[in-house]
Formats: sequence, C-alpha cells, structure tokens
Amino acid sequence: MAKIKFHFLVCGGAGCQAAKSEAILKNFQDVIMERKLETEIQVIKTGCFGFCGDGPIVKMMPDNTFYTKVTPEDCAEIIEQHIVKGIKVSRLLYQDSGNHENGSGFKTRGLHKKQIRIALRNCGFINPENIEDYIARDGYQALGKVLTELTPEATIEILKKSGLRGRGGGGFPTGLKWEITRNVKADQKYVVCNADEGDPGAFMDRSVLEGDPHTVLEAMAINGYSTGADKGVVYIRAEYPLAIERLKIAMKQAREYGLLGNDILGTGFNFDIEIRYGAGAFVCGEETALIHSMEGLRGEPTVKPPFPSESGFLGKPTNVNNVETYANIPAIFLKGAEWFAGIGTEKSKGTKVFALAGKINNVGLIEVPMGITLREVIYEIGGGIKNDRKFKAVQTGGPSGGMLTEKDLDTPIDYDNLIAAGSMMGSGGMIVMDEDDCMVAMAKFYLEFTVEESCGKCSPCRIGNKRLFEMLEKVTKGQAIMEDLDKLRNLSNVIKDTSLCGLGQTSPNPVLSSMDNFYHEYLEHVGDKKCRAGNCKSLMQYIILAENCIGCTLCARNCPVDAIAGERKQAHLIDQEKCIKCGACMDKCKFNAIFIK
Amino acid sequence: MAKIKLSEKKIEELKEVCKSFNNDKGELINVLHKAQSIFGYLPAELQEVIAKELNVSVAHVYGVVTFYSFFTMTPKGEHPISICLGTACYVRGAEKVLEEFKRVLKIQVGETSADGKFSLSCLRCVGACGLAPVVLVGEKVYGRVSPEGVKDIVAEYGN
Repeated sequence: MAKIKFHFLVCGGAGCQAAKSEAILKNFQDVIMERKLETEIQVIKTGCFGFCGDGPIVKMMPDNTFYTKVTPEDCAEIIEQHIVKGIKVSRLLYQDSGNHENGSGFKTRGLHKKQIRIALRNCGFINPENIEDYIARDGYQALGKVLTELTPEATIEILKKSGLRGRGGGGFPTGLKWEITRNVKADQKYVVCNADEGDPGAFMDRSVLEGDPHTVLEAMAINGYSTGADKGVVYIRAEYPLAIERLKIAMKQAREYGLLGNDILGTGFNFDIEIRYGAGAFVCGEETALIHSMEGLRGEPTVKPPFPSESGFLGKPTNVNNVETYANIPAIFLKGAEWFAGIGTEKSKGTKVFALAGKINNVGLIEVPMGITLREVIYEIGGGIKNDRKFKAVQTGGPSGGMLTEKDLDTPIDYDNLIAAGSMMGSGGMIVMDEDDCMVAMAKFYLEFTVEESCGKCSPCRIGNKRLFEMLEKVTKGQAIMEDLDKLRNLSNVIKDTSLCGLGQTSPNPVLSSMDNFYHEYLEHVGDKKCRAGNCKSLMQYIILAENCIGCTLCARNCPVDAIAGERKQAHLIDQEKCIKCGACMDKCKFNAIFIK
Repeated sequence: MAKIKLSEKKIEELKEVCKSFNNDKGELINVLHKAQSIFGYLPAELQEVIAKELNVSVAHVYGVVTFYSFFTMTPKGEHPISICLGTACYVRGAEKVLEEFKRVLKIQVGETSADGKFSLSCLRCVGACGLAPVVLVGEKVYGRVSPEGVKDIVAEYGN
C-alpha cells in the first residue's frame, strides 16, 4: 500500500458546517476517487480551528497551508493546483492584514498569536470520530498513568497542586471539589459533566465536544477513579446534535477499546458514562438545577447546602464539572502540576478559552493564558474593532457579567481581577461592542434574556427582573424620569442580595456595570431623550436633508412601508408617523442626504 | 387550543416510547424528546398518555413541558424559521432581521403562518457566532443575514 502523502483537514465545527463544510468534504472525496488519488490523500473532518469568521477552513498537511472561505466548487481546483501541480491556490490563502506572509500556518495567524492551547490542544488536529487519532496524540495515557501509578488521594493532590479552577464560571478549585466528594461515604457516587452551555455567545464547550470528545471521557474516568464513582453522566443541550453524535461515537469506541466499562485497562476499575439531554433552560447551568433536570424534573435550583458533593443526583454524592475544566485534566496528568501552575497568574492557573465575537475583526475561539490583558486579546489576537470603529466596551460573563471599558483594557484577565472590575469570568463569552452599541439597550437585552430564563421559583428573580426590564424599556423609549434611575439601582441591589441561585444573584450585573461605566448615556436617554449610539428607535428620527437630496426616488422605492413621498428630481420627505425606522433608506441613499436625529 | 384526538396507532407508538425507557419517571425529559421528534409537538392529549404510562400526574408532565424552551405545545410550520438572538448575533443586527421576518411572514414569534408553511421562533446561540447574524430554516443555517436578504430566504421555500 502506498503511503499517504497528504492530509486535508476540513473543519467540521458548527460554524463551518453551517457554511457547507460537509459538501466540501464530499467534493474532495469525489475528486480524489475520480483522479484515483485515494492512496495518497486522506481527508479528515476535524473539530473547530478557532477562526470561525473565515470559515469554512481547510488545512493542508504536511505543508501547513491554510485555505479560508473555501466553497465546495473550489475542491477540484485545490487538488488540481495544490496537489498535482504543486502551486498554492493564492486567492484562497489566508490573508493577514499587514502581513504579506500568508497561508503559512497557525503561528503567523493574528488570531493565533499569544495563544496557548491546552483544553483545545487536539481541536482541529484530529478526527474526532476516530479514537486512534486521539490515542496517537497521547490520548488515554493520563488515565493509564492514574490507574496504574497513583492512588485516588495522590491524583487529587496533583490536581490541587495544579491550581485548576472550574471553567464554567464559578472558579471553584477543582481538586478541592473532588476531595470533598471523595470524603463523603456512600454506596454510590456520580460524576457529571455539565455541557449545558447556555450563555448566548459562548460556544467553547460545544467546540471541545465536537473536536475532541475523548478528552472529556478520559477526564471523567479519572474523576470517577479519584472520587470513588463508577457512573458518569454527560448532561448536554439537545440543541447540539453534532456534539451529541460525536460523543456517542466516542463512547462506543472507548468501550470497544476497554477504556470505558468494566475492568478498565485490566486494573479492576469500572466506569461507564451515559448521556442525559437538556431541553433549553439557562438556569440548568446551576448545579442543583442541572441535577433536578437530570432526574426528569423542572430544572429549578435548591438551596445549598447540601452541596451536590454530599447529596446530588438521586440523592447520592455527585461531582459536577464543566466540559472545559475536564478538557484540561488529561494534560495536567501528562505534563505535571508544576507545568500547569507555571502558566497564568498567582490565583488563576492555566489558560481560558474565550469565544471572541461581536464587533471584532477576527471572530472565533481562542485559548489564552490567564493574565493576558483585554488589550492584547482585542487588538493583537482579535485584530481590532471591525470597520475601524471606536472600541466602547466588552462584555464578559454573559448575562451574569458586566461591561468592561477602556480603563480595564490593561487589567490582566483572571477570576479575581474581573470580579474586582465589576464583571466576571463566566463561561468565556467575550462580546466586543463599539460606539454604535447603546449600553442601555445592551443592559435591556440581557435583562430580557434573564426574564425569559428565570425559573420563577423565587420572587426577587421572577418579579424583580421583570420590573427591571420594564424600567429599562421606559428608559430606551424616552419615557423614564430621573427618579427611575435610582429605583433601577436599588432594585438591582435587592435582587442581587435576595435571589436564591446564581442566576438571580448575578442578573442585575449588566445594569449595574453599565450604570457605573456609562451613567451619562442613561442621563441622556432620560434627560435629553437622546440615544448617542442611534440604537433606540423611539428616540430617533430619519430625516432627509433637502439640500443634499436630488430626488432620485431610490429611498422611496426601497421604503418597506411607503413612508417616503416626493416628486422625481425634488427633495423627498419622510412621514414620521409611518416610518418604522428600519434604516433601509439611509443604507440606499448615495448622496448622504439622510441622517438620524 | 383545539382538542385533537390521537389515533390508536399513535397511542401505541407513544406507549412503546415510554416502555423503551422502562416507564421510568426519571426519564421523562428523554421520553418527551423522543415524543416530540415523532409527533413534532407535544399536545395535551399526548402528555396525558405519557403521564399515565410513567405514573405521574399530568400537571407534572405539563410543568416540565412548559419549563423547557425546547418543548412546544403548538405545531411548528413546515419550514420552522429560528432567528438566533444570542449576544453576538444581537450586536450584529439580528433584531432588524427578526423584524423583517415578522413583517414579511405577517406572524409574530411563536406563531405559525395560516397556510402552515412557516413558523417563527427565536433561539439563543447556535454556536456559529462567526457567521452572525444567523438564521435557521429547519436544519439549514443561513449566515450573515441582512434584512434585505430575508425576502430571498422566504422565497427559497416558495412563498
């Protein structure tokens, strides 16, 4: 058999699949068959590479060429040019702005500067549907080492020494959590992987499960061994069908290889995993709510204590960790606690995966060492603000977090600094906003989410957030009075102090942090009835500047509600009663005759 | 809501689903997932059968169905349209896209068009933030959708 000379790595992440990577995969295979190149080229569907904004991505090995925005029609050309003639298809090569050395691989990409990949170490490098690929990259070696060389106590000790903290948002020390579960005496214990990623705008857990599912299974088995559990459950959103499918394939393969099931690696250790599905409830990210949902109940939280590590799933001690937390664990056992603890800041070790999105040039998934600054993330990795607009704020921690501004750009990112700055780490969503985003409207957006997702069990959250939302709506409609702003702040504090679970305790954060950082915008909405970002529809009017209007009728023809009147070659007028403020006229006008007042 | 009558055959099918999960009430969410994938939605009559099979109250089943956003008690359109209102899509103008869909289809969020062809819903983040704003029609994903592109998407499905 001839040796495979080329590997095509086609991104099969959710973003790229949405952009037709399946068809690309198929076309490659068809052309390869047609040209009888099966013995030389292998096409592999990988997990997310991280630069979702440029998808679909195809990486050519061994020469490390990067093709972006590939279409299914490009496949024949890539094979003809790149493989047969040995010439790179230049129009598809990755172009780094200001860097003419293009297409040459990971390191030179702006997005990959300053990144360290631990949790994502295999994403984009292996075929997630083939256990052999994972094993070839030292997969299941950590489990082997733990089972044959270490006692459960020693395993936990290493994890404690590494300084790993929960990546789901809370930041609780993982080793300590394992130890607490270990120390509870019970006939049955469970370990649970929380894959109910609900933060809108964060998709790292999905990428890990889609790109490297075995790492989660391996870490869960280590978790089971050290806490004394022989059953694991992955609680995953039903909205992630691809991740579920790959997880199922991985579990089946791991069982076939004797890496899950009875007597793993001949050590007498039994451990198996099952999947439970979420059904769309943000609150289920909270441990106690998640456990109720696993039991087939409404996902409502209960008061802690008792903590799940004492009484969790079916009343048994249960250790819950998040996907990204698990993804770090095999690497820690392979490379050592000291290595891991050597990365990051004093109290936050290792790396964090962020989903960089919003008004930024390089959208995608990044993994950076703790302690990196927001400035480095936004300007060096993210390539700056889209369309050269001015940076206004970045929201971390999703609906539970806060807005960080210019003054926070040089703060090293870690759990404690983000809290001190009025936000939080959260699960890793990082949404960049520019001067066109209204901060009051952003706070309202997050509150709308919280109102929808509040489980309704406790009244501060159920009623309080609804009232907060209504007040914000008044502000954005220009109907609020100054007194409302004080009420807004007071009620926010009450909800924070009196809610039962993390959802309610953090839901007013976007309001409070936007009031702290952008109080002038609130004042403008209330006092001047003005939205400087031009975002709040009730506060703006589209006006035609008569001296610039040549009467081309383009705006009138594009107005969806026929609100624009005027004779040809004469200045037009917008009927403010009819206008729905969609902005179509302004987008179409070629003479800068339409502006927002 | 109009009362519908399940056929004997459908009821048998549903009982089989419950049985495949050992009629275990702890599996209620899994049963509902399966039932919704077969019937498309979860009308009250269906919930009554499930409650009986799993030996729980109908109120309990109803409580779970209405708690989770994935479960629906109204039938979806032939081409269900979902607009992502995750934060990344929101800051890139998903709200305007939603408004345009409402205007073009003449339905509100959670409704189905009179001809049963389209239904409109919102969801939070499909994890394709690089393509924001994102719209799903059935399982097909449309990326970088602008309000102007809405008509074309609807037209693809013959309306």
